[in-house]
Amino acid sequence: MKTEEPEPASVATLDPGPEKIIGPGHNFGSVTDEIAGVVFRPFTKTPRQLFIGFAFAFLLVNLFLVAVTWLFIRGVSVWGIMIPVAWGFAIVNFVWWIGIGHAGTLISAILLLLKQDWRTSINRFAESMTLFAVACAGMFPILHLGRPWLAYWLLPYPNTMWMWPQPRSPLVWDVFAVSTYATVSLLFWFTGLIPDFATMRDKAGNSTARRIFGTLAMGWRGSAKHWTRYQKAYLLLAGLSTPLVISVHSVVSFDFAVAIVPGWHTTIFPPYFVAGAIYSGFAMVLTLAIPVRRWYHLEDLITMRHIECMSKVMLGTGLIVAYGYGMEAFMSWYSGNEYERYAFLNRMWLGGYWWTYWLLILCNILIPQALWSRKVRMHIPTVFVISLVVNVGMWLERFVIVVTSLSRDFVPSSWGMYYPTVWDWSTYFGTIGLFLSLMFLFIRGLPAISIFEMREVVHHTESTHDHAA
Amino acid sequence: MITPHDKSNKQGSLYGIMAEFDDPESLLEAARRARDEGYRAMDAYTPMPVEGLAEAIGFSSNWVQRLVLVAGLCGASGGFLLCWWMTVIAYPHVVAGRPLNSWPAYIPITFETMVLISCITAVVGMLTLNGLPQPYHPVFNVPRFEHASRDKFFLCIEASDSKFDPAATRQFLLDQNPQEVSDVAS
Repeated sequence: MKTEEPEPASVATLDPGPEKIIGPGHNFGSVTDEIAGVVFRPFTKTPRQLFIGFAFAFLLVNLFLVAVTWLFIRGVSVWGIMIPVAWGFAIVNFVWWIGIGHAGTLISAILLLLKQDWRTSINRFAESMTLFAVACAGMFPILHLGRPWLAYWLLPYPNTMWMWPQPRSPLVWDVFAVSTYATVSLLFWFTGLIPDFATMRDKAGNSTARRIFGTLAMGWRGSAKHWTRYQKAYLLLAGLSTPLVISVHSVVSFDFAVAIVPGWHTTIFPPYFVAGAIYSGFAMVLTLAIPVRRWYHLEDLITMRHIECMSKVMLGTGLIVAYGYGMEAFMSWYSGNEYERYAFLNRMWLGGYWWTYWLLILCNILIPQALWSRKVRMHIPTVFVISLVVNVGMWLERFVIVVTSLSRDFVPSSWGMYYPTVWDWSTYFGTIGLFLSLMFLFIRGLPAISIFEMREVVHHTESTHDHAA
Repeated sequence: MITPHDKSNKQGSLYGIMAEFDDPESLLEAARRARDEGYRAMDAYTPMPVEGLAEAIGFSSNWVQRLVLVAGLCGASGGFLLCWWMTVIAYPHVVAGRPLNSWPAYIPITFETMVLISCITAVVGMLTLNGLPQPYHPVFNVPRFEHASRDKFFLCIEASDSKFDPAATRQFLLDQNPQEVSDVAS
C-alpha cells in the first residue's frame, strides 16, 4: 500500500468551527488521502468501535433471518396482525424506513440543485443510507404478502392466468414508486462513485484491490469530454430525483389517504408525510454521521457547520410535521364528521394507545424545540440524543397512524386491539441490524465521502481565498 | 498500467504528447493556447470537473439531454399506455361505476415510469457516449497519469491532429510551463 493513512502532521484534523465546510490546509492530494485512507487502512487498524458495532448489527441480522424463517414456515399469523388491524408492524416499518431514505435523496439532489456547498461531505453517506433504508423498507410489504414467493404477481407481466394489476389502486402505484425509487437511488449512488472508483484504482496498493476498483471504474480517466457528459447526466439525475422523492412519499401517503378509514382519509397527508420523511431522514443522517466522524477523525471534513445545518433542517421539517398534527386535530373538529372526531379522541385518550400519541408529541414536537438554541445545536452529544429521539418519534407517528386508526373504525363490533409479538419485534430489529451492517461495510470498503466533489470544494475555497487576498 | 511501459520506445506507435500541470488554471490556459495555435484533436484529464475546460478544448455535446428527453417521453407514454391497456383492453373491470379509461388514476404510474426510463437512459447514455466501459486506453501508459485521479491536471495533444508534429508539439507544450511533458504510447 502506498499511503494507508493521512500523515498526522500534514493536515490537522480539527473542526474549523461552524463557519467552514472544510478544515484549513487541505489540498487536492490531502482530501484524497484522508478519504481514501479510511478504505486503505490495514484491516487490523480498523477502529475498534466499528468491529463492535458490526458484531452487534450482525447478531441482529441473524435474528432477522430466524424471524423470517419462522414467518415462512408458519405464515403471517406469527405476527400480531389480525382483523381489523391487518397492517401492523410491517407497514409501520415500511413507511418508517422509506421515510429515512428520503433525506439521502434530498441531500444529494435537492441541495445540489440549490447549490448548498455543505451537502458535499455528507451526500455519499446519505445516498448509501437511502439505498440500504429502501432495501429494508422493500422487504416489509413483500413479507407481509403472506406468500412472499409470489411477490412478482405485483408486476404487470403476461401470465397464463391473464390477470393484470389494478392501476387505479394506490397499492399498485406504490409498487412502481418504490421500485423506481430503489433503482434511481442505486443509479445515483453508483454514478457518483465512478470517478472515486478511478481514484481508488490508481491508489490501490495490491492487485486485487486494483482489479476490483478498476472494474467498477470502467476505465474512467477524467477526460474533460467525459466530465461534460457526466455532469449533465448527474444534474439530470438530480433534477429527476427531486420530484421523484416527493412523489414516492406522496404515493405512500395515498395508501392511507385514499382509504376511507377515519384518521386516514385526509388531504394533508402527502405534504405532511413528505416533511416527516425528511425529518426522520435527517435525524438518521445525524445519528450515523456523528459517531463515524469521531471514529475516523473526519472532523475537518464533516464540520460543525454540517451538524448545525442538519439540525436546522430537522427543526424546520419538524415544525411542518407539527403543523400536520395540528391540522389533523383541527379537521377532526371542523369537518363535523363524527367518525373523524371519534378517531381523534380515540388517539388522544379514549383508546388503549393514547400513550403512544403523547409520546409521539413529546418526541417529535416538544423535545426538538431545544434546537432553537444555538448552544444546543453546537453541543454534539445533545444533537445526537435529539436525533435518536426523533427517530423513535417518527416510528411512533407511523404506529399511531396505522394501528390506532385501524383498531377502531366505524362499527364498534369490529374493534380490536393489536399487540405486536416477539416476531414482530425481531423482524423490526433485524432490519435495523441489516441496515447498520450494510452501513458499516460501506464505510469500511468504499469512500464514504465524495472525493472528487471535495476537490471541487478545495478548489472553490482556494479561489475565494485568492480573491479575498 | 495495463500494458508494459516499454512499448513507448517503439517507432510509430505514438498516441500523443501529454503535459502535466499543477493546477486547473494553468491547464485551462494551456488548453486555450493550444486551440488558438490550431490544435483540434486533444483532450484534458482532470481529477474533478473544471469549469470551462470543455469549451477550451473545443468540445460541446448535448446528446445526453436529448436522449433523456426522448426517454422521458417514451417512459411517460409507455407507462400511460400500459395502464390504459391493462384496464380497458386486457382486464376490464368496473370499480365503483367509474369509466374503464379512468385516466387520472394512471398519472402516478405515468410519472414513475417517466422518471425510471429517463434516469436509466441518463446513466447508460452518458457511459455509452463516453465509450465506457473501456478496459484499455493509451493515456494510462504514462506513468504519472495515476495523478490524474488525484491532484494533477493533464493536457494531451493527439497524434491524429493534422497539425501534430512530434518535435514542434512537444516544444509547444514545453512553452506552456508544465511540470512535465511525456510521450503517450498507443
